[in-house]
Amino acid sequence: MSATVARAGFLTSVQDLGRTGLRQFGVSIGGALDPHALRVANLLVGNDEPTAGLEITLGGSQLRFADARIIAWCGGDFDVDVGSTSLPAGHAVLFRAGDELTIHQAKMGCRALVAISGGIGAPLVLGSRSTDLRANFGGIKGRALRNGDTIPLGKNSERTNILIDNLQEERIAHWSPPHDWSSPAKREPVLHVVRGSEWNRFNDVAIQRFTAGTFTISPDSDRMGVRLEGAELKRNDDVDLVSEAVAPGTIQVPPSGRPILLLGDCQTIGGYPKIAHVITVDLPVAAQLRPGDQVRFREVALGDAHQLLIERARNLEQFRRGLQPHFS
Amino acid sequence: MSGRRRANCELWFALDGCWFEIVPSHNLIGANTFAKLKADHALMEITPLGDSALIVRVRDQFADAPEQTLNEVLGTLRRIEDARIPGVIELAPAYTTIAVFYDPMRVVGAGAKPKGVFDWLAKRIREVVSDADQIRGDQIEMSLIEIPVCYDAEFALDLNEIARRSGLTAQEVVDLHSAAQYRVHCVGFTPGFPYLGGLPGKLATPRRAIPRKEIPAGSVAIGGTQSGIYPVKSPGGWNVIGRTPRRLFDPDKDPPALLRAGDRVRFHAITRGEFEKSIM
Repeated sequence: MSATVARAGFLTSVQDLGRTGLRQFGVSIGGALDPHALRVANLLVGNDEPTAGLEITLGGSQLRFADARIIAWCGGDFDVDVGSTSLPAGHAVLFRAGDELTIHQAKMGCRALVAISGGIGAPLVLGSRSTDLRANFGGIKGRALRNGDTIPLGKNSERTNILIDNLQEERIAHWSPPHDWSSPAKREPVLHVVRGSEWNRFNDVAIQRFTAGTFTISPDSDRMGVRLEGAELKRNDDVDLVSEAVAPGTIQVPPSGRPILLLGDCQTIGGYPKIAHVITVDLPVAAQLRPGDQVRFREVALGDAHQLLIERARNLEQFRRGLQPHFS
Repeated sequence: MSGRRRANCELWFALDGCWFEIVPSHNLIGANTFAKLKADHALMEITPLGDSALIVRVRDQFADAPEQTLNEVLGTLRRIEDARIPGVIELAPAYTTIAVFYDPMRVVGAGAKPKGVFDWLAKRIREVVSDADQIRGDQIEMSLIEIPVCYDAEFALDLNEIARRSGLTAQEVVDLHSAAQYRVHCVGFTPGFPYLGGLPGKLATPRRAIPRKEIPAGSVAIGGTQSGIYPVKSPGGWNVIGRTPRRLFDPDKDPPALLRAGDRVRFHAITRGEFEKSIM
């Protein structure tokens, strides 16, 4: 009922859908930076959607399983294999006792979300199994995985057991989610944004640069945020703001004029002006940005952002229903 | 303050009425203007924070009336909480605002049109927070929490610098810091980090030009006109004045943070011996 970390890779941590209700205490939502990918991967292996999985940054990881599991992953463009069989993103795969999962270095994108049937049995801390890497709690000992770690796994669900039977011969399921869900990484993506409270504090040149320019991801980026290099965004004033809430997707602009796109581990409050926010349906693409990548931004109306989110929720519901025959 | 900046600020107030200054309002705009603005803002401003949260702005200013602002924020928070608006996931106060996080799907499930999620929520919120006078009369409950601090030289990394800037002796700085009563204006930065208002004016010290890469857990510090406590080891730019053996954040406890917005805080000096004893 466990897996062994043969190689942890660059940065691998246990993540689920994160912590809610604790912002008033300064606790970030955290969790998988692409929560949609984790939901989808969990559905593929017969887990409940919020089950804890692994978030693998840039690859170089290897895991060995002690018993039969179904595994699926979604995320960047990684070569993933078990023995000589390669595993495409978004497909359920049967692992037998002793099998090794290898996730090679990312060719494009930054992160892979790996769901393991039964889920990762890390203790629940503040309602979540996610690793808070800044405050060092949750996950496995509050830290990123290391070589030689043992990861406790939960019991396979009834649904998973049916799938294990069904995949004895073919091993890799032929069905998969929409390509955008399993492989959200894009070359030079355009992220859609809605205006932030301080949009009007930026001069016309800054707004023009923000909406028409190209930004490069700085090496100084992590699970808290992605720093963007490019034309400086200058404000009309230099007035200090009173700190208020920020959220994953918020793009804040410090006095340097170089924007920071916040991700799941971001602080709960910030005092820098918020020029815009990446919309929720584009956060999976944002989570795949890695140093050197280029990104652009395009404004959409808030109502359109909601419309897109609701469409995705409906599509996810349809996908859930569509999976049903494979688990019976 | 330059005339240009002053003029600009007036312009923005007139246009949007939503920008804040950390400087007292009378330094920035005339008292009459401010009184008028206050009247204009009996209706709180509600603005989107991306597509899954919004911000309710209780007041434009904070520094001119921190206690009153904090009480109004907490009163407003309570009202939104009690209203149990469908789709609202969590609320988080900060200085002049309350952030309302929501699930757009559940808001639509409760009857909003997909393109009207924000307006639907803003209307529900306005219904419960429209009466600012009544909120001002709300009783705000607040705990008083005593925090022991060891101001020993080994912990008080910047005590001498604070003393030098303020023209006080180190002991006078400690006496002033531990005699004041503080109030938690906000919790953030790292889990459980309290931003404390009420620092005696003489002790105000700008943040360090170059932040330290690592400040030990429990460090009590001064940043500008506020005091704060680092609950977990983290980088930081505040001036460290001492260390508390009390745990400010414990993920195994419910609630995990010792302090929440609105709480009153007092520091009292302890010796190195007392510190060592209570940390065991």
